[in-house]
Amino acid sequence: MLTVSILKNLSANDICAIVLIIAGLFFFFTSTVGILRFPDLYTRMHATGKGDTLAVLLIISGAIVHHGLNLNSAKLTLIALFVFIANPTATHAIGRAAYRCGIKPWLKESKCTNPGEPHQ
Amino acid sequence: MLKEVTFPRYLATFFWLLFFWLFLSGHYDIFHISIGIICCAGISYTSTDLLFFYKTDKKRPFIIVEFFIYILWLLFQIIIANLQVARLVLSPRLKIDPRIVVYKSRYLKGDVPRATYGNSITLTPGTVTLDIRGKEFYVHALTPKFANSLKTGTMERKVSHIYHR
Amino acid sequence: MNTFFLYVNIFLGFLILACLYRVVMGPTTIDRMIAVSAIGTKTLILLILIGFIFGRVEMFVDICTVYALLNFLGTLATTKFFEGRGKC
Repeated sequence: MLTVSILKNLSANDICAIVLIIAGLFFFFTSTVGILRFPDLYTRMHATGKGDTLAVLLIISGAIVHHGLNLNSAKLTLIALFVFIANPTATHAIGRAAYRCGIKPWLKESKCTNPGEPHQ
Repeated sequence: MLKEVTFPRYLATFFWLLFFWLFLSGHYDIFHISIGIICCAGISYTSTDLLFFYKTDKKRPFIIVEFFIYILWLLFQIIIANLQVARLVLSPRLKIDPRIVVYKSRYLKGDVPRATYGNSITLTPGTVTLDIRGKEFYVHALTPKFANSLKTGTMERKVSHIYHR
Repeated sequence: MNTFFLYVNIFLGFLILACLYRVVMGPTTIDRMIAVSAIGTKTLILLILIGFIFGRVEMFVDICTVYALLNFLGTLATTKFFEGRGKC
């Protein structure tokens, strides 16, 4: 009954914003768990590079839905666009630094004699 | 890499900066706009050569429309990739077999298409770009299935269809 | 709606604490950099939602723009440093 009475006070816009923000929080949660659980830094980059980008896009679109269209939401769109371009680029820069420093990737079993070399 | 500064490039930089000034400031009186014009002229005088100007060899005006369609397709791929990562992360045993593969691009020429393709590789399921050396993309893939789906080259054809003929 | 934003912010704070574990315990420096970049992205969202709670969106959106730029530039500068040094 309590949830029904809470939901009655919200408009359709607010419910849409809440759904978008909770979806974004779920992807933030998976990326954080990925940072904690994955075995080495290359696999951790998979979690942050994808998860944070989509989470930021979802939460900012939820904020725009809640706020309505004006100059502030245009700036929020600019932030979302910037993160959409910059977050994969930052991930790529970190990965390139790690690869050029010669950090060996984690492998499932030691079937490869030289783990730094790329597979064909 | 420093580009030569010509007057049209100077004007293009100036108007881009002025557009961003007007967009971000939100004050439209004489005082703030004149401050903006002075700042934009100074900054574009000193650093026009930092802004890149990329020319496609494609003269069609629909490049923005095609880019927009590509972004929509990419958003769909990002959602798939995130669900994939969520499933891998939340499963009790990590079922991953990571490896580094080399992908040789066949169609892409120039920096901007390669940067677009590198970012797209990072955003699509199971792959992250590590290094770009000329035509070779060093890609870290979570499982061999994702590495094979990269090697079919579907996404590279999409990117090269935007920028080249 | 403000209460909802408050709870979202508390949840984000716990996620930032979880990332901080990786910053402190990370085996290599690059691990710490990945975690710091992820913390920066989460702080961006935290700032936007704080702006909604305080009702000063126009101020906090500008702060967020600068924060996103600085987070990206800080990551790029650190990676350039490690690439130039050649070891981590």
